Amino acid sequence: MEDFDKIEELIEIAEKNNISLAQVVINREIDLTEKSEEEVRDKMRYSLQVMRESIEKGLNEDVKSMSGLTGGDAKKVEKARKEGKSLTGDLFSRILANTLAVSELNAAMGKIVACPTAGSCGILPGSLITIAAENDFSDEEIIDALFVASGIGVVIAKQASVSGAAGGCQAECGSASSMTAAAITYLMGGSNEEVAAAAAIALKNLLGLVCDPVAGLVEVPCIKRNAAGSSNAVTAAEMALAGVKSVIPADEVIVAMKKVGDALPDSLKETSLAGLAATPTACKIKEDLLQNSL
Amino acid sequence: MNNLSAFDIIGPVMIGPSSSHTAGACRIGNLAKEIVDNKLKDVKIYFHGSFKETYRGHGTDKAIIGGLLGLKTDDSRIKNSFKLAEKEGFSFEFFPVDLDDVHPNTMKLEITDQEDIKTPIVASSIGGGNIIVTELNGTEVKLKGEYYTLITFHNDQPGLIAKISEILQIYNLNIAEMEVLRKEKGRQATAIINLDQKVEKNILQLLRDIPGIQSLKLVKPLV
Repeated sequence: MEDFDKIEELIEIAEKNNISLAQVVINREIDLTEKSEEEVRDKMRYSLQVMRESIEKGLNEDVKSMSGLTGGDAKKVEKARKEGKSLTGDLFSRILANTLAVSELNAAMGKIVACPTAGSCGILPGSLITIAAENDFSDEEIIDALFVASGIGVVIAKQASVSGAAGGCQAECGSASSMTAAAITYLMGGSNEEVAAAAAIALKNLLGLVCDPVAGLVEVPCIKRNAAGSSNAVTAAEMALAGVKSVIPADEVIVAMKKVGDALPDSLKETSLAGLAATPTACKIKEDLLQNSL
Repeated sequence: MNNLSAFDIIGPVMIGPSSSHTAGACRIGNLAKEIVDNKLKDVKIYFHGSFKETYRGHGTDKAIIGGLLGLKTDDSRIKNSFKLAEKEGFSFEFFPVDLDDVHPNTMKLEITDQEDIKTPIVASSIGGGNIIVTELNGTEVKLKGEYYTLITFHNDQPGLIAKISEILQIYNLNIAEMEVLRKEKGRQATAIINLDQKVEKNILQLLRDIPGIQSLKLVKPLV
């Protein structure tokens, strides 16, 4: 099996065999699972379908989380966009609305694709599918881009972590944003180096982000951090596609993320003991929720 | 982590909001249902640690009931599992508990099936939707739902394990992992035997017929 532990190796395999980055990830999956290329692509096609449904549901249904803390923000952004009140342009508003839609649906016990986690599930579909629709890409092209995102995620999971409990939010929303930046850059025809630069820039920008969920729930600040993750992914992709390079190579950024995660105190890694979770308002919310539940 | 699939990163498809608190809870229910292997009548669920503090906000309560009803982690009906349970005449109740030195995401289930047989289970959700049953019928076990697993309750006597493995060998069933546990020498013991292959009914009967076997179950792997 031609496996890769680093983004550098992923690119090397592609260039040595004169195949795309997506094909390297697909070939690895075929070897790993002993399935056909068609079966592997079909599985990703199903993920794409669920992602699209999650955007639709999040935008159109009455979405309210179990705790009652969140829901309905995607609709607000979408409404403002439709009324022509977008500050930064129609496409960007749609990316934000679609990202919020998926994240809010997740908090409301809707069906989503974890990518890489449930807490960060809005970033990849919210950005990639929206940009693909704007540019009329085919499903097969989007599926290729999803495999590229997945390949970046595999490297991050191998070298660092994609779990908030292990590495903080930089490992969840940071990884999702990095995967998404790479996928967008790939979809838009960026070179292998540009894909790696996009992944590096996106992850660098969210380095150090802590995981401090209010009352321990995947809601505050997670949902809005998904929106930030999308905006960061688009920022990184836009720069990479323009030829902006990352001074620190992607693989070194990933190792830095791991080390920052290790250095973060446990109180800022999903335990809800510090950060936003320890604010007076958060403590009151937690108390109220506990009284209502047990 | 070298066998990490592309679909471990983009996936699983699941009902939110949390792989550990929602998908994991559902899978604990799935495995408990497999272990009991009979229609359920009642369950008492004791939430410990993070489950206790956040179960309602994460839908852990709905997910465990959905799992016990056989709903998979991506089934949208999980959200309405309480009503489904009601329809099936299956009652349930939740309690807070402080178990001792266990994983923060741990729950204890006291399941009663239609024949009034009680099965106590302790299980933890250990990340990314992965789970482990750590206690079954008061015996310490390690069940992750990754294999076809034989669970025996047998008399602690010489040669019994050899007889089990002899039958498995005849039918070319490979033991991937095995653990034998007992509370006290010469009394009741439990064997947890993880197999790479499915065990057919006739072979199960041969195993049950071994003198000294009190009971034997086959638990299918979780999907």
